Amino acid sequence: MALSLQPGIADAIRAHGTETYPNECCGALYGRDGVVTATHALPNTTEEGPRRRFLVRPQDYRDAEKRATELEVDLLGFYHSHPDHPARPSQYDLDHAWPFFSYIIVAVRAGTPEDMTSWRLREDRSAFDEERLTYAEHNQHPDTASSVHG
Amino acid sequence: MPNTINIPTPLRPFTDKKESVEVSGATVGELLADLTTRYEGLRRHLYADNGRLRNFVNVYLNDEDIRYLQREQTPVKAGDTLSIVPSVAGGAPTTATPAGRDVDSGLHPSTDARGALSDVEGQTRLTGADELPNLSPEEIQRYSRHLIMPEMGMDGQRRLKASSVLCIGAGGLGSPAAMYLAAAGIGRLGIVDFDVVDYSNLQRQLLHTTNDVGRTKLESARDKVVALNPHVQVDTYEEALSSENAMRLFKGYDVILDGTDNFPTRYLVNDACVLSGIPNAYGSIFRFEGQASVFATKEGPCYRCLYPEPPPPGLVPSCAEGGVLGVLPGVIGVIQATESIKLLTGIGEPLIGRFLIYDALKMRFRELKLKKDPECPVCGTNPTVTKLIDYEQFCGVRPEPQQAQTTGAAVNEWEITPVDLKKKLDAGETPFILDVREPNEYQINRIPGSTLIPLGDLPRRYQELPRDREIVAHCKMGGRSAKAQDFLKSVGFPNVKNLKGGILEWIDKVDPSQPKY
Repeated sequence: MALSLQPGIADAIRAHGTETYPNECCGALYGRDGVVTATHALPNTTEEGPRRRFLVRPQDYRDAEKRATELEVDLLGFYHSHPDHPARPSQYDLDHAWPFFSYIIVAVRAGTPEDMTSWRLREDRSAFDEERLTYAEHNQHPDTASSVHG
Repeated sequence: MPNTINIPTPLRPFTDKKESVEVSGATVGELLADLTTRYEGLRRHLYADNGRLRNFVNVYLNDEDIRYLQREQTPVKAGDTLSIVPSVAGGAPTTATPAGRDVDSGLHPSTDARGALSDVEGQTRLTGADELPNLSPEEIQRYSRHLIMPEMGMDGQRRLKASSVLCIGAGGLGSPAAMYLAAAGIGRLGIVDFDVVDYSNLQRQLLHTTNDVGRTKLESARDKVVALNPHVQVDTYEEALSSENAMRLFKGYDVILDGTDNFPTRYLVNDACVLSGIPNAYGSIFRFEGQASVFATKEGPCYRCLYPEPPPPGLVPSCAEGGVLGVLPGVIGVIQATESIKLLTGIGEPLIGRFLIYDALKMRFRELKLKKDPECPVCGTNPTVTKLIDYEQFCGVRPEPQQAQTTGAAVNEWEITPVDLKKKLDAGETPFILDVREPNEYQINRIPGSTLIPLGDLPRRYQELPRDREIVAHCKMGGRSAKAQDFLKSVGFPNVKNLKGGILEWIDKVDPSQPKY
């Protein structure tokens, strides 16, 4: 398994993680066939302390699906940051994960983005499997990369 | 006629990539059951092991969240559309539990991060499963009757283990509350008390037994709690709760359980709970009646919303003066423990905004509705109490001068100590000794030669008293006789003294042969 990021995608996720530090950021991943072509920053609406939690509201989720339809792409998953923690999923992430989505995690240490990883839930919900992140060359699909901030 | 269910992206691989599926049934629950029968792979993502919808699975009937309808029992009409909408949630691992204890996640945030965490999450009671401590096989066996109930289950039990309750007082209310909380598997139990076990406690304070008389209540309580459940961490604080130490003692606890028996401490507990954002599982008892509520939650009222001002001192007698049915604190203390467990595990409907009154003689529970008072001086929109105050003064209770306590000397001309009274009697003087207690108290013990006129009868019967003699009024501890003294002075008796410390001090200092109560 692998997830490919178009140019600008990784930077957009890192920038979002830096922006919300020390709180967690979150956002949606759009694309097709394992290639992320766009991200969309979402508000972190958790009431459990945004330094350790993120929550995407049902309404924001519905909007994210709608946006995918409009962009004629698929909703591929979500990204979030782990401020001052490694880019590894927590048990909480596992408990709340959905199948077939890619979950990108970026570690942000003291405001500086570090590792970025991507994970998929096993179908029996027992664990996450890491999927390889690949970064498309700038000259590959220069016109398809976009980053939507809302 | 079939209804439509909209399927979110991550679940479409289970529905042959279909964005919507036709299903039939009369309720939301039946539609979902039909869906999972057709597409079995969906089940584990929609339902937790206990058979309930996962909390991050939202189901909308048309545009309404079924949580605000009748949940899975919500009836459906032809043409209604159901949508499954994921809540996408997650977060970094954390090592700080609500109780502030470490669990073995293998990942440790920096000190700074952890300090900030407690600030941010200070209000949070429900935490993710990853932060909760695990249960040992012995614990699983011990709590099995909890674990088999889906409402509690493994999650609820682990939440209890991660939680802490501070009991103010190890007396009538604190006894059953502490014992049941410990038995139920609370992780950390704090107890504040500075008293010593007395024979008169044993009628209702089940933490203490006959062998414990003379020991500190804390030592006795610790022994019982540890014997009941060695998995519980017991932290004891041998100090009187005060404005100086309350905030420090409360820090780190998830619920405060108020088992106090006096107004200054009750207001102190309330205000400290509001100021520190910790809910107060409240209970109080008197004679045959008990009260309980949950105060100082974020949305709910506090004790001051109900009683902004304390009653005049002496108007409401304490249990020591008025008595209390021994089983009564059992009922009320267990209600407090129940509410604590509900708050900690997030199950049921907490007693917030409701004031429960229990009458043991009539065997009736009544419930009053309480609202948060926007004008409340401590939890209102413009609070005037923003730090802890002098509660003795607020409640009009005069602290006894230290000297009088240590030397036993009378502090003013209106008082006489038992020793001085004995000297007078021995010297052949004949003061009129007026006992203002109740007849049933008079049956237990009395000062020889005294005359019984209960305080309530005094306005009708004061003409029986001699105006030309010195009168020494007494009761059990001095409260009621002080009122009798004020009354007699107001109707023109020139020479009335109050026996300091009442008959209890008389027995201690002069006549130990008599029983105390």
